[in-house]
Amino acid sequence: MAIATATTATQAKPQAAAAARRLTMAQAISEAIASEMERDPKVFVMGEDIGKYGGIFSATSGLLERFGSERIMDTPISETAFLGTALGAAAEGMRPIAELMFVDFFGVCMDQIYNHIAKNTYMSGGTMRLPLVITTAIGGGYGDAAQHSQCLYGLFAHVPGLKVVVPSNAYDAKGLMISAIRDDNPVMYFFHKGIMGLPWMAYFEGSANEVPAEPYTVPFGQARVARAGTDLTIVTISQMVQKAVLAAEALQREGVSAEVIDLRTLVPLDVDSVLASVAKTGRLLVADEDYLNFGLTGEIAALVAERLDTIRLKAPVRRLGVPGVPIPFSRPLEHAAIPQVESIVAAGKQLMGTRL
Amino acid sequence: MQPTPEHLRWMYEKMSLIRQYEETMAKVYLEGKLPPHIQKGLAFDIGSGPVPGEMHLSAGQEPVAVGVCAHLKREDSVVGTHRAHHFAIAKGVPLDRMTAEIFGKETGLGHGKGGHMHLFDTEHKFGCSGIVGASMPQACGFGLAAKKLGKDWVSVAFFGEGAANQGSFHESLNLAALWKLPLLFVCEDNKWAISVEKSVATAVLRNSDRAPAYGIPGVHVDHNDAVEVYAAAGEAVARARRGEGPTLIEVKTDRFFGHFQGDAEAYRPKGEVEELHRHDPILALGAVLKQRGIADDAALERMRGEAKRQVDAAFDFARSSPYPKPAAALQHVFA
Repeated sequence: MAIATATTATQAKPQAAAAARRLTMAQAISEAIASEMERDPKVFVMGEDIGKYGGIFSATSGLLERFGSERIMDTPISETAFLGTALGAAAEGMRPIAELMFVDFFGVCMDQIYNHIAKNTYMSGGTMRLPLVITTAIGGGYGDAAQHSQCLYGLFAHVPGLKVVVPSNAYDAKGLMISAIRDDNPVMYFFHKGIMGLPWMAYFEGSANEVPAEPYTVPFGQARVARAGTDLTIVTISQMVQKAVLAAEALQREGVSAEVIDLRTLVPLDVDSVLASVAKTGRLLVADEDYLNFGLTGEIAALVAERLDTIRLKAPVRRLGVPGVPIPFSRPLEHAAIPQVESIVAAGKQLMGTRL
Repeated sequence: MQPTPEHLRWMYEKMSLIRQYEETMAKVYLEGKLPPHIQKGLAFDIGSGPVPGEMHLSAGQEPVAVGVCAHLKREDSVVGTHRAHHFAIAKGVPLDRMTAEIFGKETGLGHGKGGHMHLFDTEHKFGCSGIVGASMPQACGFGLAAKKLGKDWVSVAFFGEGAANQGSFHESLNLAALWKLPLLFVCEDNKWAISVEKSVATAVLRNSDRAPAYGIPGVHVDHNDAVEVYAAAGEAVARARRGEGPTLIEVKTDRFFGHFQGDAEAYRPKGEVEELHRHDPILALGAVLKQRGIADDAALERMRGEAKRQVDAAFDFARSSPYPKPAAALQHVFA
C-alpha cells in the first residue's frame, strides 16, 4: 500500500490561523455541520446511522448529543423515501443534509436525485429552490470490493443540476461544507473514506491539517494548487490529491517539478486554473480514482484539446483512472486497478520522456 | 363528513372546469399531428403541433382532485403525477400560466421548461412528476417541513394504482407513519396502468388494505363520487392537522381517455368507456346540487358556461404568448 506519512508542508495554508487545530476530515465535516446548525435552525440531518453511531464514517460525530433527535434524524433504510423527503423539505424552505451511506447505494434512489432534485429547479423556470446537501462516502483501497468502493462523482457531474464537491483535506472539507449548506442549490458532497482520518482505516495523513475553529467558507469553482511546479501538471481530486502530492515529491527527487491541481469541485469546474497550469508546464496528467472511461479524466483532457490553438503541449495528455473494470476485492488486484503513487510517478516520468 | 353547499358548488365548478379543460386539450393536442400536415406514411406525429410530447388527460378522475382539494388551503402542498391537470386546477394553479407551460411558452409556469408532466407553482404549492411513484417521498418532505416549522399544513401525494407497486410507496408509507407526518396518500385506482390491469399487477384487491401493514388508517372509496371522496379526505385532513399522522385513501375512479392521447386502447374491452360515461361523476354531482336545492339546471349550465369561458381565455393566452428565446435554454439550471 502506498499509505505514507505525508507532511502538510505543501498544503495551502489556512488564512485564518488564529484558533487552528489539526483536525481529520471527519472532524472538520462534523464541525462545519454543527456550526451551520447553530447559525440556522432550518438545517437538519437525515440518514442511516447518522445519530447514535455518528455516521458510519463519522461525518456527523457528536451531533446527536448536541442537537437532539429532532434535528439529527436516523432514518429507516429507505433512501428513496428520505432523499425525496429532503427535496420536499428543501422546497418548503428547510435546509436538509441527507447522507447516502456509500455512493454505491445510489442505485436504489437515483430517481429522486437525478430526475427530481437535479431537475425541478430548471423545470420550474428557476422558481423552485432546493437548498439541500447529499453527503456520501466514496473510494476504495481497503478491500471492500465492487459494491462499496466506487467514486462515481463523474456520473453525478454528468447530470445537469447538481453541484459536485469532493474535498481532499480537512481545511477544505470544512469550508466547502459550509458553502454547501449555504448554497440555494442541491450539492452532492463526496468524502473519500481513506482520507477521513478514521481510527479504523489507514489514511493519508496529508488530509488532516490545520482547521480554524471559527466558521469560514471555501468557494465552489476554485481549484487549489496543492503543490507548485513547472514541468508537469497533475490535475486530480479527492484522495488522489494526497497520492499526487507524494508522487510529486518522488518526481522532484528525480529532477521533475510537478504541479498538483486539486479541483475541489467538479461542478462548477475551475477551467481557468487547469488551463493556466497546463499552459505553463506544457504537460498534462489527469489522475483519478473514478472510472477512466467517459469521466473526469476525459473531460479535463477535452478541455485542453479544445484549446490547443493557444496552449502548446510538449507531450500527449496522459490519463490515469480505474480502467473499465469493477473494483476487485483481492488486495493485489485492487491495488492494480486503482491508480497509486507509483503509477502517478511512472506516468509522470513517461510524460517527461515523450514528445509531440 | 358532508360537504357544505359552498363546497358542493365549488366542486361542481372545478369539475366542470377540469372536464372542459381536458376536452379542449384533447382537440387542441391533435392540431398539426395528423395527415396531411405530417411526414408521409405516418398516422400521427407526437412531436408536431402547438402542444408536442405526451399528453395524459384526467377526464373522469375529477372527483379525486376536487374531493381532496376542497379541504386544502393555499399553504397545503400537493405533489401530483404525470396525469395532473385535475390536481393543478383543483389546487388553484392559474389556468393561463399552466396552459402556457403546456404550450412551451415564455409565460408558462416554468417558462416552458417543464411542460405538461412537470408543472410547478411554488405560490400555490403544487408540483408533479413524470415518474411513476415519485410523488410520495416528496410529499413526505413537505409534511416534515410543516411539522418542523410548527404549522398545521398538510401535504398530499397523489399517485395511481400502478405506483402502489413501486418501492417508493412502501418506503414513504413507512416513513410517514413512523414520523407521524401530516400527509394524505391518495391513490387513484383507474384500473389501468397504461395497458396493464390492476388485477394483473397485484394480488391485493384494494391498496387501502396495505395501510394497516404500516400502522395507519386505510380508506377505500368505492365509487367515483366527489361527495364520497370529500368525506374520506375530510377525515384524513383533519387527522393530519391534529398531528395524528398520515392516511392512505384509495379511490375507485375512471379514466375516460387513453393512457395518452394517441393511445389506440386495443387492450380495453369494447364498450367500457361508453359505460363509464353513463356514470359520469359530473352528472352525478349535478344531481346532488339539484336535489339539495343548491342549483337548478340553468344554474348548472351557467357554471359550465363560465368554465368554458375560463378555458377559452387560458388557451387564447397560451396561443398568443411568445416562445422563450433559445438562449433561455441555458438558464435556471441553478437557482
